[in-house]
Parts: sequence; C-alpha cells; structure tokens
Amino acid sequence: MIRFEQVHKRYPNGREALAGLSFAVEDGEMAFLTGHSGAGKSSILKLIALIERPTRGQVFVGDQNTAGIKPRGIPQFRRQLGVVFQDHKLLLDRPVADNVALPLIVAGTPTREIDKRVRAALDQVGLLGKEKSKPLELSAGEQQRVGIARAIVGKPKLLIADEPTGNLDPDLALDTMRLFKRFNEVGVTVVIATHDVHLIDQFGARRIVLGEGRLAGPSTAAA
Amino acid sequence: MNLQAWVARHAQTFVGSLGRIVQYPVAALMTMAVIGVALALPLLLSVLLQNSRTATAEWSQAFDISVYVDRKPGAARAQALAHQLRSRTDVAAARVITADEALLRFRDASGFDNALDALLDNPLPDTVVVTPTLSASTPQGTALLKNAIAAMPGVLTVQIDAGWVERLTAMLAILHRIIWLTGALLSLGVVLVVANTIRLDILNRRAEIEVLKLVGATDGFARRPFLYSGVWYGLGGGLLAVFLVAIAVAVLTRPIERLAALYGSPLRLRGLGFGWDLVVLAAAIGLGWAGSWVAASWHIRAIDPK
Repeated sequence: MIRFEQVHKRYPNGREALAGLSFAVEDGEMAFLTGHSGAGKSSILKLIALIERPTRGQVFVGDQNTAGIKPRGIPQFRRQLGVVFQDHKLLLDRPVADNVALPLIVAGTPTREIDKRVRAALDQVGLLGKEKSKPLELSAGEQQRVGIARAIVGKPKLLIADEPTGNLDPDLALDTMRLFKRFNEVGVTVVIATHDVHLIDQFGARRIVLGEGRLAGPSTAAA
Repeated sequence: MNLQAWVARHAQTFVGSLGRIVQYPVAALMTMAVIGVALALPLLLSVLLQNSRTATAEWSQAFDISVYVDRKPGAARAQALAHQLRSRTDVAAARVITADEALLRFRDASGFDNALDALLDNPLPDTVVVTPTLSASTPQGTALLKNAIAAMPGVLTVQIDAGWVERLTAMLAILHRIIWLTGALLSLGVVLVVANTIRLDILNRRAEIEVLKLVGATDGFARRPFLYSGVWYGLGGGLLAVFLVAIAVAVLTRPIERLAALYGSPLRLRGLGFGWDLVVLAAAIGLGWAGSWVAASWHIRAIDPK
C-alpha cells in the first residue's frame, strides 16, 4: 500500500527531515511510526498525503508512484485517503455533520447519500446525535473523533493519522487507538505516527522506528 | 458527479455566499457602495449625453436653409426652384418668399421706411426657405443638401446658420468618448475593488481553504463561494448604481426642462429605462465576477496546506 524508496526530504530552511528512508506497509496492515520528535514522522505522513514532495527518492501509495501525480491530480488522489490531524483541522463555525460531510461534498456526492454516510461515520466513532453541535461545544476527545469520522466517511483504503492521541488523556487515547484498530480489522490500511510508546505496547501492531530521518533499529511487529 | 448533485451544490454555495455577506453587512455594503458610485457616475453622464443628443437633433431640425435666387427673370424662377426642391427626398418643404414680400417685412421690422422709399428698385432677392426632412437633419445631410442647392442654376447664395449645432455635435462626440473612457477606467476600478475585498475574504478564511484542500477539494471548488460573493457584490453595486442614477435624474428633471423650455424645446429628461437597467445589472455582475475570479484564482492557488 505504501512504499518509500531511498526518500530524502530537505526543507527550504535546510533541515533534513528524511535521509534515504526506505520502508513498505502492506495492504491491510496497521503500522505505528515512532521515534522522538523531529525524527521525520510528520514528514512521512505529509509525503503520503502529497502535502510535501520528496527531495529525492520515490514514494508509492497504492501502487501509484506519487511523483507522477501532477498538482491537478492531487485533489483526486487525496479523496482516496483518510487523514487524521493532531490539531483536528475542523471548521469551527460549522456543525459536526458539515465537517464530516466535507470530503463527500468536495467529491460531489449526492446530498441524500451524504446524509446517510455522515450518520454511519458518526455512528462508528460513537458520536451519533452530535450532528448539530459545533466543534467547540465538544470535548477534546470528541473533536478528535469528529476528525476521524471525517477521515473515514469517504471509505478510504488507507487511513493515516498524525499524533491522533497527542492531546488526549490515557483512557481516551486508548479508546482512540482501539477505534483505529477496528477500522484496520475491516480491511483498512492504517498508519499512525505517535511518540506514545506505552500506548502502542498494548497493540499487536508493527512498529516503524525512526531516528535522524532513517530507520532506527528493526521494524518489527510488537508482541 | 451527477447533475442533480452539481446543481444542488451550486445552489447551496450561491445562497451560502449570500449568508456570509449578510453576516458582515457593513463591509459588504461598503464594497457595494463603492461599486455603485463608480458605476453611477459614467451612467449619469451618458444619460445626460443621450438627452443632449435628442435635444440637438430637435434643434438642427429647426434649421431651415435660405436659398437666395437671382431675381432678374422674375419670381417664376423662385417658384420653379421651390417646385424642383420639393421633389427631393431630403426636403420636407420649400416655401417662396418673393422680394416684394421680403421688402414689406423688412420695412415693418426695421423702421427704415424713408430710406427704403428712397430706393428706386427692390434690392432684395427672391428667397426659397427649404426645410430638410427629419432624416436629412444631420450636419452631413444638411451640408449635402446645401451643396446640391448651390449647384442649381439661378441660385445666388445658400445660407444655413447651423455652424454652432455642428460645433455642439462635435463636442458631444468628444464627451461621448470621454464617458466611455471614464466608464472603462471605473469598471476596471470596480474589478480591483472586488478583487481586493475577495482577497481579504480569502485571507480570513485561509484555514478553511486549507482544510478543504486537504480533504480533496479542487481549486475550482474552493474558489466557487468567492466567485458567488463577487456576483453578489456586483448585483448589489449594480442595483445601487441604477438607484443613484434614478435619483439624479429625478433631481435634474425640473431645472433641465426649464432650461430647455427657455430655448423653446419641449425636452423631457429621460432616465436609463428598464432595458438599460438590466444591462447595467448584468454588467455589474460581470465585473464583480471578474474581480473575484482574479483574486480567487490567484490567492487560492497560493494556499498550500502545511
């Protein structure tokens, strides 16, 4: 599903985030990207979502070489992807339902279909009944779940998340990770960047450990 | 994307963009006011110009051509000439004033009775007063007619005192161009004002546009609400412009009609008229759209999610 080949990423300010990184995530896999902050976790997710482009090397997503995707093709590409952000990136002046519906709206899904799928997505994250609330009326955990509902409403085959539990207390963080696990169990490939080692110890998922922009130690499935 | 969803989405965006304008009414009204004033100025000038043209068309009509005819072979020549002129398509009427009639009138009007009595002979020529038809009452038409008459046998002099009408027409032609130039410049101004308003709007909603792009919105999708905002600004400004012109016409009607009456003209000041109102609204909407398109294309492309 995801393959990095000798990927370098240097930012305009000169910081080298990735230095010849190679790894792959198979279809239907669940993987944690870990490592101290600045190890390149966020850069990897940005390269997958085409928010950034590699300086050198190649990134494949779903058998597609992302180097071949022109700016014009990026919107279409992103619609096949579910992305969860650490800061949620919700529209605070719109109700929950509108936020979740956003990926469907931009893709031109018929209105009746949208209502149905928004409710299904909210049901999956346990927020059914909160459609009309504004994001700021919700708790941090609930806001994060709105972000997750938005990521999965388009039924993506690949779900990526950047520190989804960064702002949550341990119980909520565990709930959130279980949620991702459930999506993985129905066939969605899930890649989560997190520094919360204690949390991922509780999941039998693969770890990709990063340090200084490359793999640090073997990438193994944790027991 | 199916058609129904597309139409529904556009309708929603259209109404939604109005909702946003209503949320910040002062800013929106300011923009509309600028557009309205900018458009009202050239429109009002062109309304006045149009009325001046109607009026001068009436005046040049009032100019008859005086043809002085060599009297030697007798008044019959003037009659024959008048007859010949009446058959022309650009002549509405031709009236003969004989030398004797002219002398009588002159005697009455001037009070030179004694001096005239001292003359042995009537020094005045016979005169044919030619009235051009309405369609020939243009500077060119009258000039053409004048030349044709001058070439006829027995004609001494042809006289039109339409020189000042020609000068006025020439000035109106210059004014016409000036109005077009003003209109073009102010239209450009409208585009820039809308573009600037939309630019600020986009900067205020930068975060939202980023999110839209992250979930797979095309630039076109992100641009759409701003284009509709531009359309609303244009519509509001256009309505205001039409309204301002109507007020100005109402204010100017009485003094202008009084002035026209002093010149003996039954001029009635005419406003834009409904057809032109619609043209103005359409043009204003077009300008608003153009301004928002410029700003939205430019600035939305530049917003890259981080």
